[in-house]
Amino acid sequence: MIAFWIILTGSLVAVTCGLLGCFLVLRKMSMVGDAISHAVLPGIVIAFLLSGSRETLPMLLGAGATGLLATFLIEYFHRRAGLQTDAAIGVVFTFLFAVGIILISAFAGQVDIDQDCVLYGEIAYVPIDLWVTGNGTVMGPRPVYILSGVLLLVAAFIRLGYKELKLTSFDPAFASALGISTALWHYLLMAAVSITTVSSFESVGAILVIAFLIGPPATAYLLTHDLKRMLAITVAMGIFIAFTGYWMAYWLNASIAGCMAVVTGICFATVFVVQRLAKPKISPPLAQETAG
Amino acid sequence: MEGLFDFFTLSDPNVRYVVLGNVLLASSAAMVGTFILLQKKALIGDAVSHAVLPGICAAFLFSGSKNIGFMLAGAFITGWLALVLIDYIVAKSKIKKDAAIGLVLSVFFGTGMVMMTYIQQSGNAAQSGLDHFLFGKAATLIGTDLVIFSVLSIVLLTAVGLFFKAFALVAFDRPYAEALGYPVRKLDLLLTSLTVLAVVTGITAVGVVLMAAMLITPAAAARYWTDNIRRMVWLAVAFGAFAGLAGAYISYAAPAMPTGPWMVVVSSAIAFLSFFFAPTKGIVPKMYTQYKNQRIIAEENALKRFYHLGERNSHLLGLRATNELVVAGDVNAPAVSGALQRLVAKKLVVTKGGRWGLTEDGKRKAARVVRLHRLWELYLTKYMHIAADHVHDDAETIEHIITPELERELEHQLGYPDKDPHNTQIPKI
Repeated sequence: MIAFWIILTGSLVAVTCGLLGCFLVLRKMSMVGDAISHAVLPGIVIAFLLSGSRETLPMLLGAGATGLLATFLIEYFHRRAGLQTDAAIGVVFTFLFAVGIILISAFAGQVDIDQDCVLYGEIAYVPIDLWVTGNGTVMGPRPVYILSGVLLLVAAFIRLGYKELKLTSFDPAFASALGISTALWHYLLMAAVSITTVSSFESVGAILVIAFLIGPPATAYLLTHDLKRMLAITVAMGIFIAFTGYWMAYWLNASIAGCMAVVTGICFATVFVVQRLAKPKISPPLAQETAG
Repeated sequence: MEGLFDFFTLSDPNVRYVVLGNVLLASSAAMVGTFILLQKKALIGDAVSHAVLPGICAAFLFSGSKNIGFMLAGAFITGWLALVLIDYIVAKSKIKKDAAIGLVLSVFFGTGMVMMTYIQQSGNAAQSGLDHFLFGKAATLIGTDLVIFSVLSIVLLTAVGLFFKAFALVAFDRPYAEALGYPVRKLDLLLTSLTVLAVVTGITAVGVVLMAAMLITPAAAARYWTDNIRRMVWLAVAFGAFAGLAGAYISYAAPAMPTGPWMVVVSSAIAFLSFFFAPTKGIVPKMYTQYKNQRIIAEENALKRFYHLGERNSHLLGLRATNELVVAGDVNAPAVSGALQRLVAKKLVVTKGGRWGLTEDGKRKAARVVRLHRLWELYLTKYMHIAADHVHDDAETIEHIITPELERELEHQLGYPDKDPHNTQIPKI
């Protein structure tokens, strides 16, 4: 039963992150996920100080707010000050993370959070974080419900905004010409990434969030040119990684999040190497033509 | 105040180690970071700092102790491997740089986490404190660490000093550097190695996540103050050193405060100030320039309106009511009266009984704006073959920008014309 809950949690995170990650990878904004997952730290600490507990809702709100603040600052410095995007990301998220650590040190007695937990998370604790209803019925692990909710939200977002997301990712100029606001969809996507990151990091940690955001989509990107197929491959791969990663961790008696990240790497490496061996003589543009 | 004095005289050996260590780390990282930033690889620092974890674990497993030499060597090897791997993935597949960085970063760190759990279960007592390498404990720098940092900083300084010209050239104009016969690939590899070296030394002080900031934040701030690369490097080093000093002082004054994060916050503060207030490139000076330009444009448009009204009854100096001067469809009537008041102050316009009229100077200025407008319209129809009814909007913008030199050139090219494409007179001054 423990294995079931952990694999389920892993799969939920993998699928949610993967779906959004596809768009991040296509928009060349993968590192924004990395930035958000670190930048949420001060928000979590402040939420914790204000609410005085590790309740999920204040944490989600606090973290979501700083996540959005980070994306806003990145955009602002990029557009208004003309700072190159990668530098904007690097400056902003490290600043917020540093503020978070300072807050933790300043309120060391009151805050039951440290930076290890942000980076590592602890998926092994998922099965004991139970949701017990008023009359004492045990409904199963709480994170599973939260993550399922987020997954539904993200799936609905992508289903409803599929056309807009696709257009703004591939051809922003054309999207604007059609009257689709690129800024609006940028911030909607960022909000979705923030919520996902924040709800996932407590159980799986920032590193695994990044691995899931980028790994499966990047691998799928190598395999196909079709967005729908890319999303499908990503979802399948995410579940596969959660499953294999768990058993690898079980077998090695090692960090579950770490093992899942390693499996992600192995998947990518396999596809990458096989592709290099399979078509060494065809240049990429030609290969695209024959595939399309 | 006494604390400040004690701090800056460096009389306490512990303070001395921490301060010198921090300043050395921060300034050498900032120096390498300048080139990283200019090559648009700002985030590889983040990748390296995460990628050192498996190296540190491997070194620990191999040596069974926390020997700093082994640790640094292990960290260097995996950090270097990660960067080479990122370059390889980008070069050999359609994966972009950002995705490659994120992927390598998370997979390497994940591998490190697996090794870490293995070490923790091995029961080796020496393993406690191993994660100090990851989260940074700048305040616990000791003498031997300082020796290592100094050596590494000197290596970095000399390497950058020796290859300064080559690095600068590669950062700005790669194809040109290749054409000149510079070994660009080797220089890339050298810069990669220096980056890894800077990260590996710095990570013990500030930790995995914040190391990226030590590399690029001072450089990003310096970029806003100068276009000269030599000055930019010096500025970055100065910002980095200041942040190192300030971080050390804050944690000295308030011992509960962590040094590394404060170093990052101080250098971020410098960066934010630069983004907002650096002359010419900062957000505020830029907005001010924009505001000034808008005022000038509003003034010139008002003068032009006087001229157009005057042309109709050939009485250029006649008095006009405010509502006459607001062009139909111009929603910004208050801006027009603001512009008029400024023109009065500049003695280009006079006001009599609530009506406005041009002065002689004002007439000349108005004529010039109209003249530039019409010259440009003529140029567009004659040389660009644009229909006469399509040239007005473009001329509306360019009339505020054309310099006297350009004006002469236009006139010369067009053969000193009298009439614009709408067959109206081009005013002579």
